[in-house]
Amino acid sequence: MTKDITPLPREGQGSGVDIKAFLDADERKSLLRLLTAGSVDDGKSTLIGRLLFDSKKLYEDQLQALERDSKRVGNAGAGEIDYALLLDGLKAEREEGITIDVAYRYFSTNLRKFIIADTPGHEQYTRNMITGGSTANLAIILVDARMGVITQTRRHTFLVSLLGIKHIVLAVNKMDLVDFSEEVFNKIKNEYLELTNQLGIEDVTCFPLSAKEGDNVVKKSDRTPWFEGTSLLQFLETVPIDQDRNMQDFRFPVQYVLRPNLDFRGFSGKVASGVIRKGDEIMALPSRKTSRVKSIVTYEGELEYAFCPQCVTITLEDEIDISRGEMLVKPDNLPFVGRHLQTKLVWMDEEPMDCSKQFFLKANTNTTRATISAIDYRIDVNTMERLEGKEFKLNEIGQVQITTAKTLFFDEYKKNRATGAFILIDPITNNTCAVGMIEKPLAEEDLLHEELPTLDLPKLGIAPEHYEAIEKAVKELSKQGIEVKIIK
Amino acid sequence: MEEYRLSHLQELEAESIHIIREVAAEFENPVMLYSIGKDSSVMVRLAEKAFAPGKVPFPLMHIDSKWKFREMIEFRDSYAKEHGWNLIVESNMEAFKAGVGPFTHGSKVHTDLMKTKALLDALNKWKFDAAFGGARRDEEKSRAKERIFSFRDQFNQWDPKNQRPELWDIYNSRIHKGESIRVFPLSNWTELDIWQYIRLENIPIVPLYFAKERPCVEIDGNLIMADDDRLPKELVPKIHMRMVRFRTLGCWPLTGAVESNATTIEEIVEEMMTTTKSERTTRVIDFDQEASMEQKKREGYF
Repeated sequence: MTKDITPLPREGQGSGVDIKAFLDADERKSLLRLLTAGSVDDGKSTLIGRLLFDSKKLYEDQLQALERDSKRVGNAGAGEIDYALLLDGLKAEREEGITIDVAYRYFSTNLRKFIIADTPGHEQYTRNMITGGSTANLAIILVDARMGVITQTRRHTFLVSLLGIKHIVLAVNKMDLVDFSEEVFNKIKNEYLELTNQLGIEDVTCFPLSAKEGDNVVKKSDRTPWFEGTSLLQFLETVPIDQDRNMQDFRFPVQYVLRPNLDFRGFSGKVASGVIRKGDEIMALPSRKTSRVKSIVTYEGELEYAFCPQCVTITLEDEIDISRGEMLVKPDNLPFVGRHLQTKLVWMDEEPMDCSKQFFLKANTNTTRATISAIDYRIDVNTMERLEGKEFKLNEIGQVQITTAKTLFFDEYKKNRATGAFILIDPITNNTCAVGMIEKPLAEEDLLHEELPTLDLPKLGIAPEHYEAIEKAVKELSKQGIEVKIIK
Repeated sequence: MEEYRLSHLQELEAESIHIIREVAAEFENPVMLYSIGKDSSVMVRLAEKAFAPGKVPFPLMHIDSKWKFREMIEFRDSYAKEHGWNLIVESNMEAFKAGVGPFTHGSKVHTDLMKTKALLDALNKWKFDAAFGGARRDEEKSRAKERIFSFRDQFNQWDPKNQRPELWDIYNSRIHKGESIRVFPLSNWTELDIWQYIRLENIPIVPLYFAKERPCVEIDGNLIMADDDRLPKELVPKIHMRMVRFRTLGCWPLTGAVESNATTIEEIVEEMMTTTKSERTTRVIDFDQEASMEQKKREGYF
């Protein structure tokens, strides 16, 4: 084991512990989801291992297994624990010594619970980093103090800005190998801030660390007296994230229509953004019919108001026909409504993009057929330069135009992550082949408001006992992206 | 802003409910796999919450290995009845009639036939296209990398190197005929979260989780509770009453008890916070071979 490790007192350990008080405090903790990005050599896994170790998530038997594995395949020096082995879960990865996929790690302190998405750093794993970062509030980007800001750092930072992660931590690691030099740290910090300024990232905090020896990770190190900040963990515990959520624009994608009996018709879903109160006027999209919120129902009873990301069931004063994939909003605050959009796109599939294909596009609860109608440009993820391109290969990123069969309700991703994102699904393999962050709707003149084909069942003289079978068939068609409206 | 703040548990709850509803909306024939353990109990409550005031639109299925603790079976039947669940129970009757069990055939053969094969047969028999499981990512290394919507081919196999990207809260539920998705709504919960939630929500759990004097015998370093008369005769004289509880529940000959005086959830949590062993160490099957959980998952075990 490395020297200078002073285990923190375990939460609730020892005699006279008031476990109830501990649980009552634990119940009120907030949740921070974070992404870590860096290469094998930056000591990323060591840093995470250190956070887990020092926050006591590491149990003794996992430690024993680790000591056993370290002896066999470890890359750490003799007698030292290779923290990376703790994290690199899959057998193949252990042998290759790299983190291939996204691994999720959990730890908590007295103030917060943390979910870490641990993702690999190499360019060929860009899609993994995008996957891990999609839900993150904060990203930790590691650099080696001896190397400074390198191409990979630029790529990771670009990806983080693309994902709209609001807070960045630059962890300048391996400070022990540059004698904890303030000059080295400042040079890297300044170079990095220049980069983040260009990308318009506002909240950046830099830390001089030695993950291996524990400096400034959990406790402030006395080897960096010139450093005025807190330790990394103290920062993670206190960085405010409440205001990161979009609380202005109410969006409620209808996920499930709940009809337990004839007297109750509720629309279940997750509040994607904003706040809704009992009595508020709402508009259903795409029908644009309006009503008022009669009740906000949960298992525990009715609520006066609900906010993102709560899952609730909303009932309305008026009977409006609304189904899954549609959206409840407020009439004075509408999202973009349309079938043509401009978007950033990340290609995630081994198979290169084929623009002749009709994909399935899923945004929130809405699934439709979609085509890539134009490619504006590709982006060199290392230099952020725009490149010409007819198609995207795995891990390539750029700007494209998309046309959908069904009307979408969306916002700019930068303003609203929950309603500005979508995935593209390959129609043959069903793989998730690309993901998009929407920038804006495209020209109004393209918007052909085609009427949906309609089956007026009574008019067609179809007896009510056949309605269910017809509805089932229409539901099946809807899954294929073909919309048919039923009137009964 | 304080009024618009969720605690971590409320946030996890919302994430899980969203996942459960998504499955109900997008699949033809989903099922919730019910192991009767504490995680299953939380998952079942989350499903009840997701569709309240309506009924849950899918059944519960328990794969009965025929070697479960008797208290588990009693608990299962009374819970399902009280809460109006449609409960399906499936077993590998062929292997059971042939006398397969952990004492005679070893843990690997027993698990392969009575758990994995029984599960796969049941999924095929009922043609379920989605199956919820209560696994958590913090339980074990290979689980840490599994998706919430985990794709299985027509042979129910998991391919860890070829998983679908999963971003934001947008889940890809598209499959071809014969393929299926395993869904893990508790992926982001930790063991402490589960206990905390059980405590706050008053969720009933099998009494075996709480310490009590129980007849135990030591087998290969594990404290095994003699739950019925199938314990090999030569071990019967070695039975002693011990104050024990269980951290996980499975087949009684394969689930080690821990000595404990914890009779309340608070005491269990206190024990957990100060314990030095993680919860799956009392599961005999994880230690069959290196990377054994990953292997089992590839073969279709959860």
